[in-house]
Amino acid sequence: MARALIHVPPSAKRGDVIEIKTLISHVMETGYRIGVTGAPIPRDIIDDFVCTYNGEEVFRAKLYPAIAANPFISFFTVATESGTLAFSWTDQHGATQVQTAAITVV
Amino acid sequence: MKKVNGCGGRLLMRVPSPRRAEGTQRERLAALVLVSMILLRATAAWAAEIPLDQRRPDSDFVSADSRAMQNDDTGNPAMLVLLDGEALWNTKAGAANKSCADCHGDAEKSMKGVAARYPAYASALGRPVDLEQQINLSRTTDQKAPPFAFESKELLALTVYIARQSRGMPVAVKDDAKAKPFIAAGRALFEQRQGQLNLSCAQCHDDNWGKTLAGNLIPQAMPTGYPIYRLEWQAVGSLQRRLRNCMSGMRAETYEFGAPELVDLEYYLMWRARGMAMEAPAVRP
Amino acid sequence: MASGGVILRIAIRPAAATPETMREAVRNAIGEATVKKGRVQLDLPPIVENGNSVPCTVSVESPMTAADHVKAIHIFNEKNPQPNVISIKLNPRAGRAAFSTRIRLADSQTVTAIAEMSDGSCWSDDIDVIVTLAACIEEVKP
Repeated sequence: MARALIHVPPSAKRGDVIEIKTLISHVMETGYRIGVTGAPIPRDIIDDFVCTYNGEEVFRAKLYPAIAANPFISFFTVATESGTLAFSWTDQHGATQVQTAAITVV
Repeated sequence: MKKVNGCGGRLLMRVPSPRRAEGTQRERLAALVLVSMILLRATAAWAAEIPLDQRRPDSDFVSADSRAMQNDDTGNPAMLVLLDGEALWNTKAGAANKSCADCHGDAEKSMKGVAARYPAYASALGRPVDLEQQINLSRTTDQKAPPFAFESKELLALTVYIARQSRGMPVAVKDDAKAKPFIAAGRALFEQRQGQLNLSCAQCHDDNWGKTLAGNLIPQAMPTGYPIYRLEWQAVGSLQRRLRNCMSGMRAETYEFGAPELVDLEYYLMWRARGMAMEAPAVRP
Repeated sequence: MASGGVILRIAIRPAAATPETMREAVRNAIGEATVKKGRVQLDLPPIVENGNSVPCTVSVESPMTAADHVKAIHIFNEKNPQPNVISIKLNPRAGRAAFSTRIRLADSQTVTAIAEMSDGSCWSDDIDVIVTLAACIEEVKP
């Protein structure tokens, strides 16, 4: 499991637009770097990132090798109701990692 | 013959066009030659130490974005490494089957101010060690576990975790009678010309800080932020790794990790930054 | 490759993005829609501190209602080995059509952001950035 850090405000007023920040540990190997043997180091990237809010998709990103290592993505969402935000990162091999954060909406 | 790292031989994340690589290499070489010619004119002059009240942290010389990244606990990739360090702190290891926490308890209390005092004299070795070496000393002596390799994921993680506990505290390395010869040795290294460019650390960092070199500002080289997340590495690394980069940048032979010369230099640099606030883990270009 | 002495490493250079591959990447993303300049703000530092990690923010003027919102935002570049950087999908739940990330830029170039609206229109912004290489770097050991 790669280390990930997520910032979701723990509570918000209904209707507020809140900012969410995410950071995950990943080398995002482009596939263009030449290794010490002279051969290119194979591509290894996270290519999909999705955020759902109580099961409904609120943000999706397709990442390419031009995204820096340890991908940082911040975005906005409307605080509609209390519940769980789920963040999933999927790499090019299809492996997915999910992390959640709770939010209280008053 | 030692291989010289040129533009075409780098492990480039970004691949310049053939024409640009050549042009850039020429431009870079020309810039470095020009810099060294200007600096060489002052042959007999001693590098002037920066007056204490004119010292500024290295974060003053990075972009506002990098400063913001450094201060954002969700945005600083070194904080991911810190999480690993916290886990290791609480993991039993070695023949003694003890975790760091078993002896040192809560790092937030016991490690407060520790990183600010390293390098420090280790009586067991009769010479100073830096924080990384001290961690390994504790590992081998008290946990009876094998030492971590320099720049290993584990050693960096523990170093980041411990160094973070000193954030905001003043650098307070000892400069007593035992320390003075090592600080002096470090200072001599700092002021000594080296490498194919015949440059000393002091010529950039004492005499030309604040000026531009290859798109970045030259800092004063105050190591208050180590271990750092370096954008160039896209990874966390130690002060020794950075010093080796400086030396290969000057086209000089680099010391091996753990070399006494590197520790002496670290000691001098931390002494030079005495009283300044620790900011580890920092973000640097 | 020569052996011994100073080795000139001949890097395999993949074709960099060209104006044509970038146009194709744009077509793949938004089809044949005409792109108009405006409504989009792309923020990038004009002189990049390090091309390995460049902070990048895009924001688009939009009420983000069901009737009028940003569906997608794409970022393209012209000199990296590949023209695509990132593509995001939004819906009215976003509240604000803006996001930030960190990107890699291989060389000084123009970076373009294109936003697709719910009414099918496409808007863009672009910025020219200067990218330099760092001075004090690692030696590559065999």
